[in-house]
Amino acid sequence: MFTQFSNSGESVGFRENKAVGVSIEHLSKSFNKLNVLKDFSLKVAPGEIFVLMGPSGSGKSVLLRHIIGLEMPDSGVVLINGKDALSEDIREHVRMALVFQAGALFNSLTVFDNLALYLREHRLGTEKQIKDKVMQALTLLSLEDAAKKYPSELSGGMKKRVAISRALVMEPQLLLYDEPTSELDPVSSAMIDEIIATLRDQYRVTTIVVSHDRDLAMSIADRVGILMNGNLIHIGTPESLKNPTDKRVSDFLYPKVDLNNPRFKKIIP
Amino acid sequence: MNSIRSVLEGVGSTLILFMRSISHVGTLSRQKSRFIEQCYVIGYTTLPIVGILSFFVGSVLALQSGYSMQDFGTQQFIGALVGLSMVRELGPMMVAILLAGRVGSAITAELASMKVNQEVDALVTMNIPPAKILVLPRLAAVLMMMPVLTVISNLVGWFGGALVCKYTGFISVEPQQYFQALRHVVKFKDVIDGICKAEIFGFIVVLVCSSIGLSTRGGPREIGAAVTKAVVSSLVLILVLDYFVTKLLLAILS
Ligand SMILES: Nc1ncnc2c1ncn2[C@@H]1O[C@H](COP(=O)(O)OP(=O)(O)O)[C@@H](O)[C@H]1O
Ligand SMILES: [Mg+2]
Repeated sequence: MFTQFSNSGESVGFRENKAVGVSIEHLSKSFNKLNVLKDFSLKVAPGEIFVLMGPSGSGKSVLLRHIIGLEMPDSGVVLINGKDALSEDIREHVRMALVFQAGALFNSLTVFDNLALYLREHRLGTEKQIKDKVMQALTLLSLEDAAKKYPSELSGGMKKRVAISRALVMEPQLLLYDEPTSELDPVSSAMIDEIIATLRDQYRVTTIVVSHDRDLAMSIADRVGILMNGNLIHIGTPESLKNPTDKRVSDFLYPKVDLNNPRFKKIIP
Repeated sequence: MNSIRSVLEGVGSTLILFMRSISHVGTLSRQKSRFIEQCYVIGYTTLPIVGILSFFVGSVLALQSGYSMQDFGTQQFIGALVGLSMVRELGPMMVAILLAGRVGSAITAELASMKVNQEVDALVTMNIPPAKILVLPRLAAVLMMMPVLTVISNLVGWFGGALVCKYTGFISVEPQQYFQALRHVVKFKDVIDGICKAEIFGFIVVLVCSSIGLSTRGGPREIGAAVTKAVVSSLVLILVLDYFVTKLLLAILS
């Protein structure tokens, strides 16, 4: 499938994008008393793949929701091409898509209609053109046989791919993935990694991937950041992760299983 | 204090949802299939239960009033009483209550599960306003179907009353006499008043149930809680509003 994937790139009708840059400046967000992001700043260059790692509950999803405008910051700002991500201008003119961790597929619609909804609602073409475009996006991720199925009939890996292809029909300039490879077997994970990298290479999509997946970070990232306690404790190339100097980083990336001194006993006295 | 705040928040978010839905009213012509689907859900699925309950409400109304009237020997006016009560009060009220239980609960459950499943967030990221495709077609459909359901409820209720009057020994009023009294008293204006009421109730039930569904946060447990809250709020609103709307309509009448 991947030969088909990479060779068909030219013939596929997706536009090459004007990639956008993302700049997050002094972002803070609390829920009730819980301080999730503390004065968080980050710049992602146009066309870059940035991988954000961090322990569960560290606020990675919350950060993505801020970038795509689903969440209002308490203070600070997210700038897309220099303009506030929440502004009308950006909402209307910059195409952004988020691949949700759980897929967030529309359960009452078939896979085909899940993809077609965006195009139909925004009247981006005749029904025939929409059909072609949707089938193209599905074929790109070898999902053409699933077109008539409902999300509940799909396996976990297929759901993730449908979620990605649904993002794809929007021809996003900025594509955010929330843990795209969690819960997947190693081969499916590798496939998703390849998809993410290929999409960036072919369409110059600025890409931010949230993941715990060390292999993914090592193989496709331009830069990697590690989020902990509301802020980045490390940022650098994938190489820089191989021999981290910061103990928090090495403990997070290469935790040692120590049966004589188990972690859970430290938490539960 | 907290409960007052949450009620005010609820009212606020419902009003905002109302404004948002209305602002997309121009897109309705492009949402025909959703509108028709909702008409089907609202109208067709509620119809059987509306029919059955209206029949028995009309019947019991005739039975009770027939029983009280026999002391005065005024049974021949029973048609007027049943007719007017059905049209002005019981028809609209019952349709609204059934709508809340049957359709309102389903709307809340569906929207709440979409919210919890992040489908609503997905719509927002696609720049598709949830109010436009999830709420507006339902509001339009309920306005379309309420008059139909109410008229059917009225007719079935009248018919139920007529049957009881004919076959109950101590009433023994022929259908002809029953409907004569009914026609004499029930004016077209009464039917319209009843339909107005039904429209108001139906619109509010759908709006409130949608709003509660879309403000659900959390997991599956909260979906159940949202449905309960939606049905209870709808019933309270119907009964409280009924008094004020009736008062208003009577004021216009005189
Ligand atoms: N809407 C919300 N309301 C309250 N707390 C939230 C909300 N969203 C996230 N949180 C909290 O913020 C923290 C970070 O969540 P999240 O970004 O989902 O973590 P992760 O890094 O695993 O994606 C968690 O402790 C979570 O409970
Ligand atoms: Mg997360």
